[in-house]
Amino acid sequence: MIRNQLLICAGGACITSGEKSVKDALVEELARNGIQDEVQIIETGCMGACDLGPIVVVYPEGTFYQKVNVQNAGLIVSEHLVKGRTVPELLYHGPTSEKKAQTSEEIPFYTRQVKRVLRNCGVIDPLSIEEYIARDGYFGLGKALEMGPDEIIKTVQDSGLRGRGGAGFPTGIKWKATKDATGSPKYVVCNGDEGDPGAFMDRSVLEGDPHSVIEAMVIAGFAVGAATGYVYVRAEYPLAIERLDYALKKAREYGFLGKNILNSGFDFDIEIRIGAGAFVCGEETALLRSIEGKRGIPSLKPPFPAQAGLWGKPTLINNVETYANIAPILINGADWFRSVGTSKSPGTKVFALVGKVQNTGLVEVPMGTTLRELVFDIGGGIRDGKKFKGAQTGGPSGGVITADYLDMPIDFDTVKEIGTIMGSGGLVILDEDNCMVDVAKFYLEFIVDESCGKCTPCREGTRQMYRIMERICDGKGRGGDVEKLKSLGKVIQLTSLCGLGQTAPNPVLSTIRFFEDEYRAHIEDKKCPAHVCKHLLTYSINPDKCVGCTACARQCPVQAIGGQVKKVHVIDQATCIKCGACYEVCRFDAILKE
Amino acid sequence: MRMNLEDRLNENPELKKQFDELDAYIDEKASQQGSLINVMHRAQEIFGYLPDDVLYYVAKRLNVPRSTVYGVVTFYHFFSRVPKGRHTVSVCLGTACYVRGGSTVYDRVMKTLGIKAGETSQDRRFTLDLVRCVGACGLAPVVVIDKDTYGRMTPDKVVTLLNKYA
Repeated sequence: MIRNQLLICAGGACITSGEKSVKDALVEELARNGIQDEVQIIETGCMGACDLGPIVVVYPEGTFYQKVNVQNAGLIVSEHLVKGRTVPELLYHGPTSEKKAQTSEEIPFYTRQVKRVLRNCGVIDPLSIEEYIARDGYFGLGKALEMGPDEIIKTVQDSGLRGRGGAGFPTGIKWKATKDATGSPKYVVCNGDEGDPGAFMDRSVLEGDPHSVIEAMVIAGFAVGAATGYVYVRAEYPLAIERLDYALKKAREYGFLGKNILNSGFDFDIEIRIGAGAFVCGEETALLRSIEGKRGIPSLKPPFPAQAGLWGKPTLINNVETYANIAPILINGADWFRSVGTSKSPGTKVFALVGKVQNTGLVEVPMGTTLRELVFDIGGGIRDGKKFKGAQTGGPSGGVITADYLDMPIDFDTVKEIGTIMGSGGLVILDEDNCMVDVAKFYLEFIVDESCGKCTPCREGTRQMYRIMERICDGKGRGGDVEKLKSLGKVIQLTSLCGLGQTAPNPVLSTIRFFEDEYRAHIEDKKCPAHVCKHLLTYSINPDKCVGCTACARQCPVQAIGGQVKKVHVIDQATCIKCGACYEVCRFDAILKE
Repeated sequence: MRMNLEDRLNENPELKKQFDELDAYIDEKASQQGSLINVMHRAQEIFGYLPDDVLYYVAKRLNVPRSTVYGVVTFYHFFSRVPKGRHTVSVCLGTACYVRGGSTVYDRVMKTLGIKAGETSQDRRFTLDLVRCVGACGLAPVVVIDKDTYGRMTPDKVVTLLNKYA
């Protein structure tokens, strides 16, 4: 008889934090107490609170243990399961709350979330199709097969669901266009090439609830008249590939995939295609070429994939998070879906809250939630008591949302108005220690690396922009550089062939818009206000703190530091190359960085 | 003169075994349209990198021009045309890692190993790579060594970590 269940988060971050060894310790301790038959251990997908990992939740009570390690994991067994009392030292204690949280429902990070896409992540064993079915899994498919293609598409259209991959194109219109297109066979594709650095919701869905994507793709295949589907997953996500592959096998065994699905006469199967490390493959036309086994070079639209996609045939292509919304929409109806979110962007959005925020992790909130709620209420504010400076959204295609817009409801359209994009939902929180010029330069370098080279504005234009950014950060900025960046950026936006190039200047243009003074400080005063840009710093030694240990002088690669043993040292500014080696090696905080 | 592949396979049973393994995979995938990238993934797993012989062989087996195979292999970052070290160290410089000090970790790894991204150390112990986000942003900065991911890295921690890999 099973009396308790231990749910261990086996998401990417918790695995990194040592989830496997925690699990082994729990198994061992259960056996030592002879209760291994009474307690079931389940490894789930990502529970979202990455910073608190490894996480273990004890059911039926729902007791939430965080930051569990090999040494203290045994307490959960010996104290909680054997003696029936909770382990206080492993409970979460929020910085503002008086008492420790017993369950996740008492943790602010969780209470404000509305889990639809992540409904099963962290709740079920992703390897168990039975658990998925028990949570209404494949019920949406059953219903869809009864509804028929037209009604399915109408429901998706009525729901107002928009593509979660970044651009927010209405999903229902894509479905209808693919269904109405002439040509056969047709294909259904899932874009799991989550390339935006800082976003990992697609990874978490594929790892934590792979059947939700499979189910939606079968529904899509039935709706548009396709018999073959492809899931394109990044090679950087081996665990997602492994779990998806296993889920596909199980789905075939249970008759949800393959011939004559649920006795409906409908045939559909799915293949996995693995990416090979090219950011541009997140662009849909490039992704289709990559599935064909070619170089991922984008092509001009129109024709859209719905008319001429994979091998020139009509192809429906949606992102992982978009698919994960489909089954609940069919089960609960379009009105249910619209019951949260904004009128033009209904439903929820999953955000990856990363960077300088306290509680990093994956959160799902209604569209229209403000940045303040995300960063301060859910995210717990900025680390180390620093000041919020901005949130970078949409990765290298997006821009920054500043403190002035903390109370703006976030949806597809509002973020566009201030010059950024929703993108896949990566929210990189920046604080006062981040230099906006440096961050924009970082994204440009990424683009220069990842531009496929097909069209000139993107290939050459971004390179020129990068050169200008580089000289600004090196202290060689010239008057007129900001204007040059603006006009170059505009041309690249207007004349690039695909989405990658058209959005590539966004990080620079957006940071110029909101932080032009920082650019000016770099160019005119040769100063980096955030003390990040190496060449604009000066290192000096605080005579009150220097003990003359000579560590810095020995470390200095250019012998710029002079001074005798046990006497205050001095840095020769003319020789110093600003490498920062002295700053790192000093044990007495005597090196000043300005 | 260089021997042709067939003669070398007859002389080198180890190499023959690797090609047989690749052959079996191609047989399995031959019916799939556009399987070139999947085949190259498998080939890199078997051989560790993608030398000319393998490229030519795959071109012949899949009946695609050598130029196409070369084009694909050089387009994608994941494929390597040179042998890799025993361990691959991938320092993540995705945004989340970058803003939390990923580049200081990268600098220290470069300094410690004496190589840059894309290079392999003389003793073939390490190959250094830069990656753009491995999706473990919650624990930034992150370093991946072979198949293991390590979070909350600092320059000092990463040096200790490297020492564990022989």
